[in-house]
Amino acid sequence: MNELTSNEPIGSKDGIDVVSGLPVYPLGHHEPRRADIDPRAAKRAERQVALMFAVSALSIVGAIIAYIKVPNTTLIYVPPFGPVNANHLSVGLLFGLGIFLIGTGAIHWAKKLMPDVEVSEERHTYTSSPEDKAAFGQVIREGKEASGFGEYKLIRRTLLGAMALFPLPLIVFLRDLGPMPGTKLRETIWEKDVALVTDATYRKIRPEDIPVGGLVNAVPANLLAVEEEEGNLNQRGKASIILVRIDPANIVSQQGEGWDYQGILAYSKICTHVGCPISLYQQRTHHLLCPCHQSTFDLSDSGNVVFGPAARRMPQLPITVDAEGYLVAQSDFHEPIGPSFWERG
Amino acid sequence: MSTVTPTDTTATSGGAASWVDDRLHASGGLSKLLKKVFPDHWSFMLGEVALYSFIILLLSGTYLTLWFKPSMTEVIYNGSYMPLKGIKMSEAYASTLDISFDVRAGLLMRQIHHWAALFFLAAMSVHLMRVFFTGAFRKPREMNWVIGTVLLTLGILEGFAGYSLPDDLLSGTGLRIAQGIMQAIPLVGTYLAMFLFGGEFPGNDFISRLYSVHILLIPGILLALVTVHLIMVFYQKHTQFPGAGRTESNVVGFRLYPIYMAKAGGFFFIVFGVTTLISALVAINPIWLYGPYTPSQVTAGSQPDWYMGWLDGAVRIMPNWETNVLGHTISWNLLVPALVIPGIMFTSMGLYPWIEAWVSGDKREHNLLDRPRNAATRTSLGAMALSFYMMLWFSGDNDIIATAFHLSINQITLALRVLIFVVPPVVFIITKRICLGLQRKDRETLLHGYESGQVLRLPHGEFIEIHKPVSLEEKAVLMGKADIAPLPAPLAIDANGVANPKAKAGAIRTRMSAWFYADNVAAPTALELAEAEEHALHGASHGEISSH
Amino acid sequence: MAISRRHPAALFAVLFVALGTTGAAYAAVSTGTAPQAAATSSTQVDEGKQLFLEGCSSCHGVAAQGSSDGPSLIGVGAAAVDFQVGSGRMPLAGPAIQAVDKPPVYTEEEIASLAAYVASLGAGPAIPSDEMVDTSNADLVLGGELFRTNCSQCHNVAGRGGALSNGRWAPNLMAADPKEIYEAMITGPQNMPVFSDKTITPEEKKDIIRYIEELQKSENPGGADLGRFGPVTEGVFIFIVGLGILIVISVWIGAKAR
Repeated sequence: MNELTSNEPIGSKDGIDVVSGLPVYPLGHHEPRRADIDPRAAKRAERQVALMFAVSALSIVGAIIAYIKVPNTTLIYVPPFGPVNANHLSVGLLFGLGIFLIGTGAIHWAKKLMPDVEVSEERHTYTSSPEDKAAFGQVIREGKEASGFGEYKLIRRTLLGAMALFPLPLIVFLRDLGPMPGTKLRETIWEKDVALVTDATYRKIRPEDIPVGGLVNAVPANLLAVEEEEGNLNQRGKASIILVRIDPANIVSQQGEGWDYQGILAYSKICTHVGCPISLYQQRTHHLLCPCHQSTFDLSDSGNVVFGPAARRMPQLPITVDAEGYLVAQSDFHEPIGPSFWERG
Repeated sequence: MSTVTPTDTTATSGGAASWVDDRLHASGGLSKLLKKVFPDHWSFMLGEVALYSFIILLLSGTYLTLWFKPSMTEVIYNGSYMPLKGIKMSEAYASTLDISFDVRAGLLMRQIHHWAALFFLAAMSVHLMRVFFTGAFRKPREMNWVIGTVLLTLGILEGFAGYSLPDDLLSGTGLRIAQGIMQAIPLVGTYLAMFLFGGEFPGNDFISRLYSVHILLIPGILLALVTVHLIMVFYQKHTQFPGAGRTESNVVGFRLYPIYMAKAGGFFFIVFGVTTLISALVAINPIWLYGPYTPSQVTAGSQPDWYMGWLDGAVRIMPNWETNVLGHTISWNLLVPALVIPGIMFTSMGLYPWIEAWVSGDKREHNLLDRPRNAATRTSLGAMALSFYMMLWFSGDNDIIATAFHLSINQITLALRVLIFVVPPVVFIITKRICLGLQRKDRETLLHGYESGQVLRLPHGEFIEIHKPVSLEEKAVLMGKADIAPLPAPLAIDANGVANPKAKAGAIRTRMSAWFYADNVAAPTALELAEAEEHALHGASHGEISSH
Repeated sequence: MAISRRHPAALFAVLFVALGTTGAAYAAVSTGTAPQAAATSSTQVDEGKQLFLEGCSSCHGVAAQGSSDGPSLIGVGAAAVDFQVGSGRMPLAGPAIQAVDKPPVYTEEEIASLAAYVASLGAGPAIPSDEMVDTSNADLVLGGELFRTNCSQCHNVAGRGGALSNGRWAPNLMAADPKEIYEAMITGPQNMPVFSDKTITPEEKKDIIRYIEELQKSENPGGADLGRFGPVTEGVFIFIVGLGILIVISVWIGAKAR
């Protein structure tokens, strides 16, 4: 240990760093702080630190009182923020201030009152001495010889084989995490004559309910029953659709002959990119925009991709009306909905 | 009867210390540890911010587990947030609403946890930049660099897992995207997604599975790696910037006990305090606005937390390439941005110490840091990588930028598809010019002193600016610059006349090394410095003035 | 939740609603009933026609039949006129990809006349009455569900608006008054689709408006909302303010004391 009183720092010789060869300059003269020479300054610093700790203690107690006393259901108006939960704000501010002041107090103490003369410590060399290295090599060699690891080839190979296999069951045991894909990604609960109903309110829809330029977020009529039975939202994630009505004169193409009903087109709501539900429908341009990655589809032209990272058009659901005049599906989708997958083809 | 009273041994040398030593033989090691010296520099505290944020995350996270119910079972919400009362939602979301509205200080803890997570990743990233730009990753600290890379990767995953747990509309949308990307992996993707989600998306299982990953698996690994990371810093001792009294073989600063305990301990409270104050004053992720997740709803401005923004950005600006080979779909539009680019980025980051050592041929130990300007090529490479990252991050914000500045989202996206290739090389060139300029300025300063700003009118009418000599401290900093010669060209034929089989590879390396060190401005030699000082002394008295 | 004080914007909102209501009441009084095409006084239609010929026909055609510069207005109804002209979107300030809302050019009376004229051209949605946008008995929870199902995809869950393609946008709803929201839903202005009364009933429209009113209160239990833009602003905040503060403190810790 060297307190840097000498002019030659550790690791230098004649003003040159023995490792890097760079010039080394001695540490400059240490400038004493006010608190080092003036007892009144030291006293002042002491009081400042103590004040911070004292205020901190008060804040912490205040935070507990606020937690108990300030109602959690009242919003108070705080000028730039608007109405804020009174309990949250008061507890947070007092607790935060309390913690913060412990920190500033400790640092102020260290900076003003603890010694500020830099000291120097020698680094040990990272590499061991040649003797130690050689001795270590010797230990390894002797151990290897004693075990016969190099000698018994059969043992070595069977051991390596067993060790390579042992983690495999741990992976295999994960098998029952989930079912096989099967045809799940290719099917939805849409089928012939399933009625289209409004999402969230589940009412059947008549064609005349949708004006040109209109948009309806819809689901199959049997969705609620299926969700009840399956206890999850999986089918909603595949069967959600949007219905739009475009003046038939403006429909350039669609995915199948007669899949619309008088200009009412049903498209999957699930983006073919990574599966966000999309209904950002722009009725004048007939574009459908995904808010996640901005893939844009032209619903007047078979739902083809006109912009963005999606590679596939939006699948169209063929629709018609039933005897009572409600919109129903002609069949399920004719291609898998949602993002691509390896087996999709 | 023994004459020794029970207090005898402890009375001699401090109660607690003696008690411990009597059992652990710890005095020698502990006193060494407590006397350990750490150098002082503000940038060395960035890693501390990350460490303290991690501790805050563990504390606040434990608190949240007491109320959070990681279950996708549907319940009817009946808490005190009126706009969602009576709605069906998962238990996970309902319990997060309870934490936010019905548990006192629950919202505060949630916000502390989330802000601390953003702090954790932001501090890790900036700490990484500090380590990179100062060359602190060089021998003997390569292992710690690799651990740091792993910590950052795990931190991002951990953050995303936490973002996904409340099962609100935003987190569910994020999971849907993750599931879609998973599904795109060739060969195994469909199975992987089916197994992890327990079937189709969203299923009933994922939140509880993710929960154990988020509160046990990843934090456990993080804690272990953070511990190793710190032990290595202690064991190898901290690097230091060049300066007066600093050499490769010493470390100059303050002792751990008491000064660093007060400073670092105090700083923990400051980080905790600032996080708490921010959490009291600034809302983060108001999940009640998003509503419960359902796969048929979405919100404009669906964004991941900032540390995933670059990844989402890469997915956003990727062209829509997909190929179909023998009935199998390869989604380049997802594989490239979500797997290939991050893979390349993190692998090259992890391997960088070896790449640089190979290119530069510098395999020596370094305990003195480089000032970023003095390693112009490295600094420029780093700035280039950073600008690439920023371009991806901007891509991830394209809709927010479009909304905030009334721009066309399509034009922003198309522009970024070009800028991602154009900006990084430009940044490289500009950074290199700036670094070399600063090197030249340092050399000038050493030789001619500072421009004082004071102008002197000479008797014959000429104006000159008075140059102040450089202080010793400053000189120590400016001279702390190694001038390393590029690798020599390998001999095509060795001394025995045998053709060198490695000559070709060696020649490439020589060229790389020359490129790495190209244009570096050498620091003045001792002789030049002495001459300049002599000249300055001389000139200040009469030479310079009368010579004109 | 009780609020002890209101956001300043609330004042404007109240003022806006009050003005709108007064205007609507005025229109109702001056025309005798809600301005259905048939029931409107012929003088008002004539005044409207005059205003139309002066201010609108250059784009929409002298008979409102539409031209290359503007769509046909036959059958768009009084509600469309009240929305477009009342919110200042029409007349257009200049060629633009999307009309911008600004202070209206016409007076309430003139707007009522224009609306009456356009309504007389063909049946279309009428301006909603006060009763139709009275949300005092509306279902806040259902409104929220419907908002997240039908509106948030463009206007964002907090109603702060969002980007559409090619420089279009879905506007921020924070200053929108109930009548305006109702009119937008039934007329589908600009690129917004129409939400007909059959798929979202008038009662449900009230519920949606009620939920938007709740959003307009901008209650932030957890503190400043950073514009409710989502995680991006949070990220920017943590770097600039959060790390900024800590780095300043780090510099203080590292600096030599005097």
